Amino acid sequence: MKNYAIRRILQLIPVLFGISVLIFAVMKMVPGDVISGILGIEATPELRAQLAAKYGLDRPYVVQYLDWIGGVLRGDFGESIRTSAPILPEILTRFQVTAELTILAAVISWFIAIPLGVLAAVKRNTLVDRFVRVFALLGVSVPGFALSILLILVLSLAFNYFPPLGYVSLFEDPLRNLQMMILPSAILGVSISGSVMRMTRSSVLEVLRQDFIKTVRAKGASERVAIFKHALRNALIPIITLVGMQIGSLLGGAVIVEQIFSLPGLGQMTLTGINQRDYPVVQGCVLFIAFVYVLVNLITDLLYAYIDPRISYD
Amino acid sequence: MKRLSQTIRDLWRDPMGRIGMLGILLVIVIAILAPMVAPFGPDKMVALPKAPPSAEHWFGTDYYGRDVFSRILYGARVSLEVGIIAVGIGATAGYVLGLIAGYFEGWVDRIIMCIMDILFAFPSILLAIFISAVLGRGIGPTMVAIGIVNIPVFCRTVRAAVISAKGLEYVQNAKSVGVKTGALLIRHISPNVVAPFTVQATLALSSAILTEASMSFLGLGIQPPDPSWGSMLSEARSIMEQAPWTAVFPALFIIVTILLFNILGDALRDVLDPKLKT
Repeated sequence: MKNYAIRRILQLIPVLFGISVLIFAVMKMVPGDVISGILGIEATPELRAQLAAKYGLDRPYVVQYLDWIGGVLRGDFGESIRTSAPILPEILTRFQVTAELTILAAVISWFIAIPLGVLAAVKRNTLVDRFVRVFALLGVSVPGFALSILLILVLSLAFNYFPPLGYVSLFEDPLRNLQMMILPSAILGVSISGSVMRMTRSSVLEVLRQDFIKTVRAKGASERVAIFKHALRNALIPIITLVGMQIGSLLGGAVIVEQIFSLPGLGQMTLTGINQRDYPVVQGCVLFIAFVYVLVNLITDLLYAYIDPRISYD
Repeated sequence: MKRLSQTIRDLWRDPMGRIGMLGILLVIVIAILAPMVAPFGPDKMVALPKAPPSAEHWFGTDYYGRDVFSRILYGARVSLEVGIIAVGIGATAGYVLGLIAGYFEGWVDRIIMCIMDILFAFPSILLAIFISAVLGRGIGPTMVAIGIVNIPVFCRTVRAAVISAKGLEYVQNAKSVGVKTGALLIRHISPNVVAPFTVQATLALSSAILTEASMSFLGLGIQPPDPSWGSMLSEARSIMEQAPWTAVFPALFIIVTILLFNILGDALRDVLDPKLKT
């Protein structure tokens, strides 16, 4: 296990390096250079040269990359070309919002999906199973932004309810924060619950077919014990791998949901950066999100290896 | 060809497969015939703004007085066009890379898969948005951005199928009698890749349509005056309390279309790979 963990962490190094090179290269390919973005196209060559020197843009790309990545490794993501504010503190503040949204959504999706998935497997080919499968299919198919718009519409027209605007942090006023976060989190949670539901159903079905469950039943254990004590514990193992993948969908989904509900998260910061052509901000945000995603996947893999004693990774 | 007609017959026998096929056929017909069946042009201001649904304007009119029904029909065209071409780009590149990685293995495989891992390290919508920052906005750049996002998933699917097909006895036999690499890949290994590849393509289409709608919703995908369901929904946001039809109909069309592709993808997977059926 220890060797596997070390190997898995070492494997990440080229991926993380590749991610940073890709992000840097893509940002360098953006049409319309940063300087024109700040000064406009009619700026004098002297002014352009001054600004290029200020941001180090007159140096070779390799030097610029090494400078940037060196800064990142020291915790310095550079500064915004619009506000001159350092980028990392802003990313960390905004990440709290995105993390809260993502975690809440994941928890909501498990609360909906795991019980329903188990129910569908236990009641296979009944009306309940069919209902759950249709629900899962809808969950997979309904995009978060379409669901958000329809829900806001229904809530405002039918109940005269409007989602609260103006963000309040969890530490300032937990109750008001929860009021704000619950609707976007629930929407995000529902939109990813379909895949968890499907996975739970097929995983429980797979375990229920195995010999050890027959033995448990033959020994006279009740159906409840067979399902909850024996089947579910084993069936949950593959579901954990889904969590890593889910985080990707959730982080992606958060970009859109944050925009709709005006939540000051990392997704909103990225989009504002793109719209304002604030490339250091975009570069920093995308790098941070990709790192978080890779890290969550690593933790998921290690957790999977740790809790499943049948698998040897050495 | 024989296999294709057999697959269609099997799909037709499955009720969900039938719903998926007929539904998607309808969306395709709508997309192709949009200029003939749409009562108005997609950008024509034909009535008072925010007019409710009526006999003349089935889905009402939007903020600029354009016919929502006509715009939705034209929007189907944009969605399918972007979806099909984006998946085409992703599938072709992913197929070639997966075939090479799976067949040659070794360092070629390691390099290709490392690049795929890097692309996989981004949430897909974020990667699409990020790429579109370079390529720009509009139909073409959106297609390419979504196409690139789709490459890794096709590459992985094809690579896995190639690796398992390589071990099959008849492939080994063909290799031992001197069949050249190209012929071996195309004639003997590729048919084994068709099933997982087709299922993946159907599911990728639904996610490509979804990504396009999401990008357009955020204002980064299809740009006015081209009608897109995503941008229609985005435009409707500010007026949806007074004119709910401007939001409801595009949202429903996005949901139903993605649902139909997912239904077809599931049915196709059951038909082509019965082992996965639970």
